[in-house]
Parts: sequence; structure tokens; C-alpha cells
Amino acid sequence: MRKCSLDSVNSVFAEIAKAAALYIPADRTDGSAVYTKWEEGVVWSKALNTVRSPKDFFFPQMENLMEFRTSGKNIEIVDTRSEAEDFVVFGVRACDVKSFEILDRVFLTDPVDSYYATKREHGAIISMACTRPSETCFCKTFGIDPAEPAGDISCWKTETELFFQSNTEKGAALLAKLEGVTEECTEEAVDAQKEKINAVMAKLPLADVTTEGFGGGKTKDYFNDPAWDELSEACLGCGTCTFVCPTCQCYDIKDFNTGKGVIRYRCWDSCMYSEFTRMAHGNNRLTQKERFRQRFMHKLVYYPENNDGLFSCVGCGRCLAKCPISMNIVKVMKKIGGENK
Amino acid sequence: MQKITREQLIEKAAALLAGGTVTAVLGWSKGEFDYDVTPAVFHTAEELNKDFVWNDFCGANFSKYLVAKAAKEEGKVLVFLKPCDTYSFNQLLTEHRFDREKVYAVGIPCEGMADIAKIKEICGEGISSIDCGEKIAVTTIYEDEPVMIDAKDVLAERCVNCKSKKHVAYDELMGEEGTVIDSARFDEVAKIEAMTPDERFAFWQNELSRCIRCNACRDACPACTCEKCVFDNPNSGVENKAPANSFEEKMFHIIRAFHVAGRCTDCGECSRVCPQNIPLHLLNRKFIKDMNEFYGEYQAGEEVGTRAPLVNYTTGDIEPGEVFDRRDTDA
Repeated sequence: MRKCSLDSVNSVFAEIAKAAALYIPADRTDGSAVYTKWEEGVVWSKALNTVRSPKDFFFPQMENLMEFRTSGKNIEIVDTRSEAEDFVVFGVRACDVKSFEILDRVFLTDPVDSYYATKREHGAIISMACTRPSETCFCKTFGIDPAEPAGDISCWKTETELFFQSNTEKGAALLAKLEGVTEECTEEAVDAQKEKINAVMAKLPLADVTTEGFGGGKTKDYFNDPAWDELSEACLGCGTCTFVCPTCQCYDIKDFNTGKGVIRYRCWDSCMYSEFTRMAHGNNRLTQKERFRQRFMHKLVYYPENNDGLFSCVGCGRCLAKCPISMNIVKVMKKIGGENK
Repeated sequence: MQKITREQLIEKAAALLAGGTVTAVLGWSKGEFDYDVTPAVFHTAEELNKDFVWNDFCGANFSKYLVAKAAKEEGKVLVFLKPCDTYSFNQLLTEHRFDREKVYAVGIPCEGMADIAKIKEICGEGISSIDCGEKIAVTTIYEDEPVMIDAKDVLAERCVNCKSKKHVAYDELMGEEGTVIDSARFDEVAKIEAMTPDERFAFWQNELSRCIRCNACRDACPACTCEKCVFDNPNSGVENKAPANSFEEKMFHIIRAFHVAGRCTDCGECSRVCPQNIPLHLLNRKFIKDMNEFYGEYQAGEEVGTRAPLVNYTTGDIEPGEVFDRRDTDA
């Protein structure tokens, strides 16, 4: 384990930035945090988390997949992928680190999504243990320990110091480059910090939210639950929950006519939208209730059914904070799960 | 703190349900915390007693919900309307978007709604309870003593610049009627108008570049009630689910502002729901300010059946050339 003083954190950032593009959470003009490319003068945000999740680094909202250029009767197919650069994402919370495992199971299983895979290969994650979680946090529900964040390197912050522990080869190589700006240390301060975090976690209002009763094989138990009517009643059908979610991974592939050819791109899609997964006969989910139900059944039943019981929610709390009508997965779990336990 | 109490509203709703005047109540339902209130439909006094809330976090404008709920319910729907909500109510009636006969509107006074983001700026994360008394008492898991906050310090922007405490539509009014307020709501617009074109461009570039095209602004907007939005329609040619570039993300919001010009009542729902804190209401206010200056004062939703200046030609209308010339003097 290594450490540096918080006063000298900029020299650590500078050292990382020498090796690769570095992104850290920094405050925007509206007061919320966003991952920002570090350069001298960019200040590490004190916010608990970013509004947009770090999934953007691997699965951006919009990306070109290929291009078709036409001249006369010829069509040229252009691979638009460029040589990827190494990059480092600093300050990723334990919940968001877990989200990468959930995305990996979608994009890295056969057939492997090469666009996503390349970015994963080139990206290194420096995670950050939480010190002041929000009332909207419920990562423990999904077995995530905010005191033990995964990632290539894990970090813990105390009042005065920042501690580093590498977990992977990639992390060890990166930490080795920081030898000049960090010093070897014992784990005592970090252990004390972990205890503090655990004490706080027990006090969180959502500490009792449980996945009990959810998981694979539960489709028939919940699909026709009358509670979906009430839960979805006020849903506006906007895409806020899906777009701020670190695990939502649905996308649409579309062709853009450039006049001289076609750019084929993909962009995030939302199961909350009326045009989601339209088929030849139209939409297979005609009401907002069906779309709403799909989102939560996917996270709590379908995904775990296909992924060894892993739920596709990490309890980051973004949807709790951002839904315009304050409807969210916690309310769904308490209502649907509570009734059927 | 609100002058009217939760108990008074429940009593009123229960009486109207019991008397058969209405069969459903559109109200606010309590959440996990004391601030995450969800719009809900109540059918019985038991449901009301269990979950109905009325506090400083009941900001959601119910008028748009009437389009779907009034059509769905067999009997009349009771809706509680704050003064600003009544303007949207009238505007939707002007556009024939719901059946007035299916709605029983009860006007309720509003002292302004709190913005949870402003509260968190003061007391931080980890809120375990909020008590909306004379002062707003916020308890967090990190401190033993609650933080006492003056409600006026954490008012939502739209409430700081409240345009009216007067209800322009209701079947029944609870509490005292207020008056239209000479608010400073156009001050922020004037500041942007005073910028140079480059500064103004940079301002909006910065704000709108945050857009994630979740469409929450559109979906919450009482003026946006098209059954199929052009941006959702694959056959429209302009459907897009993500801003492909900075031009597109600006165009979406500017087009939307044009589309609701003359119909926007300045209820502020667009900015309230934006997950990226984009001050979208300023675009709409710019149009309202311009229309006031070009065609005389006009408030959408003040009365049912009025024609907005942009769809009501009069011989006294400003000539397009005058608008063009005006850019040299100010905006």
C-alpha cells in the first residue's frame, strides 16, 4: 500500500497524465460533478458521485460503427474505428466499478462487442472508497462494499491523505509509475477508515432494502402483479433513469444519410421510450406500464436469470435522485418484493 | 411552510369521494424520504390517510396528468391545483386536451416549493428526515442535531420568481386567494440579452452541452401534449435519440421552445425535472418577454379560449423588419 498527502494529489494526477489520458470527477458550472479530462487547474470534485456514470467511457451515448461511401455504383465500407489510446478513470465509486462487471457480461460474451472491448482493454480504473454516502445509496443491497471498491487500483481518502492499493497487473504497473509521488505505508489508517464507512453504512435509511425474493425464475411471480399499475401510474416515459443508470446497456443502431453515403451509428436507447425495440408489427409494449415493468423485471429477474444470479442494479442511487416523479427501483422492490416475500 | 395542511386536504378529498362528487383524487404520495414525493391517484379515504402528503416538496404540476387520467377514470377526478398549476390547466382546456366536465378542481394556496438540491448545498448528503415546520428542519445521518433552514433560502427558482399567487381556474378554493405578482422573472433573461452574441452563444453552449436527451423536459411539459412527438417518430426524418453533435442538442431545445411559444405558461417544470440542471425555462421566458414587448402583455393560461399573439393577427402587429432592426438596439 502507498499513500500521498491530499495537498500533493495534483502531482499524482500529473504523473498519471504523463502515461495516459486521465479523467477525474470535477465540478461543472451548475455545481454537479462530471468526469473531466485532467490538466493543470482541473480540481477534483468533493461531490459523492457524478450525474453521468462512468459507463460513458466504454459505452458512449453515441458512437459511429461504420461508414458506407458511395460513388457511382460502388459502395466502399469504411471501418471508422481509430487506434484507441490508454486512459485512466480516477475516483470511480464501488457501485460504479461493479457496473462494469454487469456491462462486461453483455458486451464481452460471444459475440464480443469489439468497440466496447477495445475501450475496456485500454482503460484503467482507479476506484475510491466512499466517505459520506447519501441517503439514496443502497449498494450493500447488491453485496457491494463501498469500503472495499474494486478496480485496477483502490483508493481511500482520509482527512489529510490518499491511500493506494493495486489489485491487478494493470493497476500494479500504473502504481509503479507513481513511486516518485507516493510513499510506502502501513494499512492502519485505511483499516480505521473502513470501519468508519461500515458504521455509516448501517445508518443509511435504505440499509434494509433486500433482493430477497428477486432473481431468476421469478417471472411468473411478479409479471402480473397488480402493483405495476400503481407503480407506473405517474411515469412520464422519459429516459432519465436509463440514461443516468450505470448498468442500462440498451442501444439502437441507426443509419444517417450523409448525402454521399451512410454513417451507421449506435446510440443509447431507453425501454421507457415508445419507439424502443419496434418490430415489423409495431411496438411489443404498448403501454407505459409494460415499459416500466420491463425495466425493473430486467434488472431484478431477467438479467440475474441469465447471469448466475447477478442483479443488474448496483444501488448507486442516481435514479432515486434524478427521476422527475421520484419513482425508482427501491420503491418497486419494497412494493413488489414486500408483497410477495 | 404551507398554510394549508395535509389533514385539511385529506378531509376535503375524503368528503368529495364520500359524497360521490369525484371517484378519484390526483395527489402527492409519500416516498422513501421526506422529499421524494410521487404523483398518484387515490380512490379511497384509507389510501389518502396512508400515503397522501402535502408539504414543501409537492412541486409536480398535475395539469398534464389530467389529459390521461380524466379520460381513464369513469367518474370525476379531483385535482389539487397550486396557483401556477391553474395556468397550465386553462391552457390545456384552451387546447381541448381534457374534458372539463370530468374534473373537479380545488385551488390550494402555495407558499412556494423547496428545492432539494439547495437544501443539500446547506446540509450535505445523508438526509434522514425533513420536517417542514416554521423552519425546514433537516436531519442527516452525520449530525445529531437537525439543521434549521429558512424556507425562503431554499425556494425553487420558479418560486423565487413566482408570477402569481392567484388561481385562474377552480371549482372550489381552499384558503385565501392571492394576487398576481410583479415578479423579477425576466431579470435573468435581460442579463442574457445584455451579453454579446459570442457570450450568449458560449452561455447556451455550456448549458445545452450537458443535455442527455432524456426528454424529461418535454415529457413533463404541460404544453407538450402531442400524442406522437416529431422527435419520437421514425417517419418524421428528424427522430433522434441522442444528440449526435452540439448543433443537434441546441436545435432540439430551441425548436421545442418555439413550439410552445405562446402556450408556455412559465410553470418551470422543464427546469425542475432536468437531471442536468439546464435552465431551460430561460429559453421559454425569452419568448414570453419578446411577445410581451412586441404584442403587449400576454399570459398563456390566464383565461380559457384566448388566442396567443403568434396565432392572432392584428393590424397593429409589429412588422418583421422592426424586430430585425431591434437587434441593433438591444437583444
